[in-house]
Amino acid sequence: MTDVHDKTPAVPPHGDHTPAVPEEPIPNPGLPAHQWRPTDVDERAEKRAERQVAAMFGLSMVCALLFVVAYFTLEIGDNFDTFMGLGASTVALGTTLGLALLLIGIGIIQWARKLMGDHEIVEMRHPAASSQEDRTATLEALALGGEESGIGRRPLVRNTLIGSVALLGLPAVVLLRDLGPAPGDKLASTIWEKGMRVVRDVVGTPIKASELEIGDLVNAAPEALFPTEENGYPEIEGVPLQVEKAKGAIIVVKMEPGDITPGPGRENWTVNGIICYSKICTHVGCPISLYERTTHHVLCPCHQSTFDLADSAKVVFGPAHRPLPQLPLAVDDEGYLIAQSDFTEPIGASYWEREKQ
Amino acid sequence: MSLDTSKVASTNGSTAATASKPSKVGGVATWADDRLGLATAMRKNLRKVFPDHWSFMLGEIALWSFVVLLLSGVFLTLWFNPSMGEIHYEGSYDQLRGIAMSEAMASTLNISFDVRGGLLMRQMHHWAAMLFIASMMVHLLRVAFTGAFRKPRELNWVIGCLLLLLGTLEGFTGYSLPDDLLSGTGVRAADGFLKATPVVGSYMSFFLFGGEFPGDAIIPRLYIIHVLLIPGLLLGLIAAHMLLLVYHKHTQWPGPGRTNDNVVGFPMLPVYAAKAGGFFFIVFGVTALMGGLMTINPVWKFGPYDPTKVTAGSQPDWYMGWPDGLLRIMPGWESVIFGYTISWNVMIPILIVPPLMLVILMLLPFLEGWITGDKRDHHLLQRPRNAPTRTAVMVSLMTFYGLAWAAGGNDIIAIRLDLSINQITYFMRVAVFLGPLIAFIVTRRWCISLQRLDNEKLLHGYETGIIMRSPDGGYAERHLPISDTAAYTLTARDRDQIHTVEGDTDSNGVVAPGSRIQALRAKLSDGMFRHNVQKPTAAEIEEAHHHAAHEHELEAGLDHPADGHQFDGHSDHTVEEAPLRGGH
Repeated sequence: MTDVHDKTPAVPPHGDHTPAVPEEPIPNPGLPAHQWRPTDVDERAEKRAERQVAAMFGLSMVCALLFVVAYFTLEIGDNFDTFMGLGASTVALGTTLGLALLLIGIGIIQWARKLMGDHEIVEMRHPAASSQEDRTATLEALALGGEESGIGRRPLVRNTLIGSVALLGLPAVVLLRDLGPAPGDKLASTIWEKGMRVVRDVVGTPIKASELEIGDLVNAAPEALFPTEENGYPEIEGVPLQVEKAKGAIIVVKMEPGDITPGPGRENWTVNGIICYSKICTHVGCPISLYERTTHHVLCPCHQSTFDLADSAKVVFGPAHRPLPQLPLAVDDEGYLIAQSDFTEPIGASYWEREKQ
Repeated sequence: MSLDTSKVASTNGSTAATASKPSKVGGVATWADDRLGLATAMRKNLRKVFPDHWSFMLGEIALWSFVVLLLSGVFLTLWFNPSMGEIHYEGSYDQLRGIAMSEAMASTLNISFDVRGGLLMRQMHHWAAMLFIASMMVHLLRVAFTGAFRKPRELNWVIGCLLLLLGTLEGFTGYSLPDDLLSGTGVRAADGFLKATPVVGSYMSFFLFGGEFPGDAIIPRLYIIHVLLIPGLLLGLIAAHMLLLVYHKHTQWPGPGRTNDNVVGFPMLPVYAAKAGGFFFIVFGVTALMGGLMTINPVWKFGPYDPTKVTAGSQPDWYMGWPDGLLRIMPGWESVIFGYTISWNVMIPILIVPPLMLVILMLLPFLEGWITGDKRDHHLLQRPRNAPTRTAVMVSLMTFYGLAWAAGGNDIIAIRLDLSINQITYFMRVAVFLGPLIAFIVTRRWCISLQRLDNEKLLHGYETGIIMRSPDGGYAERHLPISDTAAYTLTARDRDQIHTVEGDTDSNGVVAPGSRIQALRAKLSDGMFRHNVQKPTAAEIEEAHHHAAHEHELEAGLDHPADGHQFDGHSDHTVEEAPLRGGH
C-alpha cells in the first residue's frame, strides 16, 4: 500500500490484477412475484379496457375524416391569421392530424399496458466479445489470406498499391477545383470609385449634403447599383449586383463637425460633419445598423460589436478587432455626396491574406 | 391464489405458438422464409427483451422525430425550389407581392400560403428538427449520467456524438434554405467563419459560394447537403446505433433479480413493439399539434434576404446558440504575423472550441476507462450520485454549455431584464471559466453527501417523521428499516477501486517504462474515487441493525399501535385501530 492512501481506509486500494470481491452486504432477493392487473382477473375491467382502446381507434378515424373535410373546406392564401394569428386551415389540419395520430398511439399503448401479457422475461446476456475459438479461427483465416496473397512477402506490390490508391485522392480533390473561382484580390476592392455618388439604398436617389441634419443616419449604396441612362453606369443585375450590394453598403451619418476626431490622413474625408463608413461589420460581416446618436456609437445586432463613429469607427466593445473602413466623402458641383475613392482597405470580415492586398 | 388466470397468455414459453392449420399469414411467412431465411434471425429477436424505464424513451423520441423529419421533408421537396434565381413574388401573401426575391424564398412562401397543409408540414418539419436535436442531447445526458457509455458501449457513444454533430449541421443547412433575411444573415456569418480559417479561408469561402458572397450557388449546394448527404450519413449511423443497441442488449437499472448478467423486461413482440410503435404515433401526433398550433420560423415576417439589411435580435436556432454565445463574449483579438491575419476572435469560439468540445465528449468513456483501469463489461446503470466525479464533469460541461448558450442571447437578456449588455458580456467572459469549476465542486460534494444519505438509510433506516419522547423528556425521531428490496437496490453497485502504481522502479532501481504516465493515472484514479462513500459491508449493516434492535428494546413497552410500524408492514396493528389521544 502506498502512503497516499493511508487516510482512506474506506476504499481498499489494490493493483490491477487483484480485483477484490468483498461480500455483498445484502443478498439479491430475486425478481418480485408477478402482480396480476385488474384487467387480468376482472372480466369487466378487461372489457372496459378493450372498449377504451377501440374508442380511441374509432375517434382517430373520425379525426382523419375531419382532416379531409378541413382540407377541402377551409380557405388558405390570404387567410393566414384567421384564428389567434394562425390560419384556420393550418390549425384545423394540425389539430385533426395530431389527434388522429395521438389517439392511435395512446390506444396502442393502453392496449399494451392493460391487455397484452405483462410477464417480465429474463434473458441472459452474452459477452460482447467473440469466443476465443472464433477469434483464433478468424486470426488464422486472416493470416492465411495474408500469406496466400503474399502481401507481406511482396513489399514492392504492396507499396505501389498503397501509393496508387492514395494518389486517387488527387483526382478527387482536383475535381472540386471548379466549385468556385480563386479569390484573387476580389475581396480587396468594392464598386466604389472616385466621383461615384452616394445614393439612398432601396430607392437610389442621390443625397444632397445640405439635406442632412445633425443626428441623421442614412443607409446608402453606390450609385452604380442603380444604373440609369442619366448616370451612364452599365447594367448590373443578378449575382454581380448581389455581390456589390453585399460589399458596397454604407452608412452616412451627420454629426457636429466638432465631435469628429479625424483619423490621421483623414482630415478631409468628411463633408461638414457628414461621415461615411462601410456598413459591413469587420467581425463576421453582418450589416451593422443600431445607431445611438448621443454617443455616436453603432452596434452590430449579430454579435454586439460597437464602433464609435466619431472616432474613426474604432471598436469600443465586442468581438470585432478592426474599425469599420471609412469611405472618403466629398461633394460634387450639384452639392451631392460623392466618394473620393474606393475604400482604402478591404471591407468586412478578416481573412488570412487581408494585409497583403 | 384462486384467480382465474387461464386466459392470460403465459408469455415465457420457449416455443412460438404455431397455428394448427396453415393460415394465410403462415403461408406468406413460409414463402418469404424459403427465399430469405428470416426465421433464424427473427427467432432470436422477436422475443428479445427490453428493460423498461422512462429515461430509455429519450433516444426513442430522437428516432421517431427523425422519421417525422423524413416524411415531412419529402413533402416539402415536392414544392421547394432550391434556386437563387431572382423573381418577383406574385403569390397570396399580400405584403410581399411584387417584391424581388430568390425562387427559394418564393417557393417557401408558396408552400406556406398556397399549398394546403404546406405551412403545417413546414412547421412540423422545423419543430421535429428541434425535438430531434433536443432529445438527442437529453438522451446523451442520460447515457452519460448513468454510465451507460462504459465498456462495451464506448463506440456507440461515439456514434451518438457524431449523430448530434450531423443533426446540428443538418439543422443549420435546413433553416438556411428559405433564403430569408434571418437565415441569410446566418449564412453570411458562416462566410465570415470560413474566411477566418488560416491560409485557405478565402478559398474555402469562394469554393463554397461559387465565387464571392452571396453568389448563386449556396442554396442549391446546401440543399443537396441537406436532403441527401447528411440524411444518408444520419441513416447509416442511426442503423449502426440501433444494431449495436440490439447486439449489446439494453442496459438496465439494478434491482431485485436484475444483475449484470441478465436483462429483465418485456419481449419485443408484442409489448415492446406495441409500446415503441405507439410511441411513434405519439411523437408524430405531438409534432402535428405543434406544427398546427405553434408558429415557428415565420419567414414571411423576416422578408427575403438582402445583403445590406439585418434585423435586431438576429439569432440562430437554439442548438447553434452556444458557439454564437462564445463568439459574442470573445474579446476582439486579432494578430498579424508576417503580414498574415489571424482572427483569434472568430477562430477560437467557432473553429477551435466547438470541435474540441466534441472531441472531449467522444473521449469521455475512453478517458474514464483508462483512469479506472476497468476492463469489465458494464450492463447495470449507475445512479449519478454513485459516480460523483463523472457526474461533476458532466454538470461542469453542461454549465459551460449553458453559460455559452445564455451568452448567445445576451441582447435578449439585456432587453428583457433591463440590464447592460456590456456588463452581461463582461460577466460571461469570467463565468464561462468560473461557472464550470464551481459546478464541478458543488456537484461532486452533493453526490457524495447523497451517497452518505443512502448509507444512512441502509444502516439506520428511513426517517418516519414520528417523534418519540423518552421517559426522561428527550425527543428523537424514530427510524425504521427500509424494505429488503430497497436495501438491495441501494447496495447493488460496485465498490470503487483506486488504481495504484505497483512500484515504479524494479529491484535494480531501473525506472519502469511509462511509469510517469502510470503515476498520473494513479493520481487521477485517486482523485476520482478517494472521497467517494462506499456501500457498507455486511458486518457494518449487521452491527447497525443490532444497535437498532437494542434501541428498540429500550423503546419497547409502549404497546401503542402507532409505533411507526404501521407504515412499513411490520406492524401487528392497523392504523385504524390506533386509539387517538387515549380513548377519545
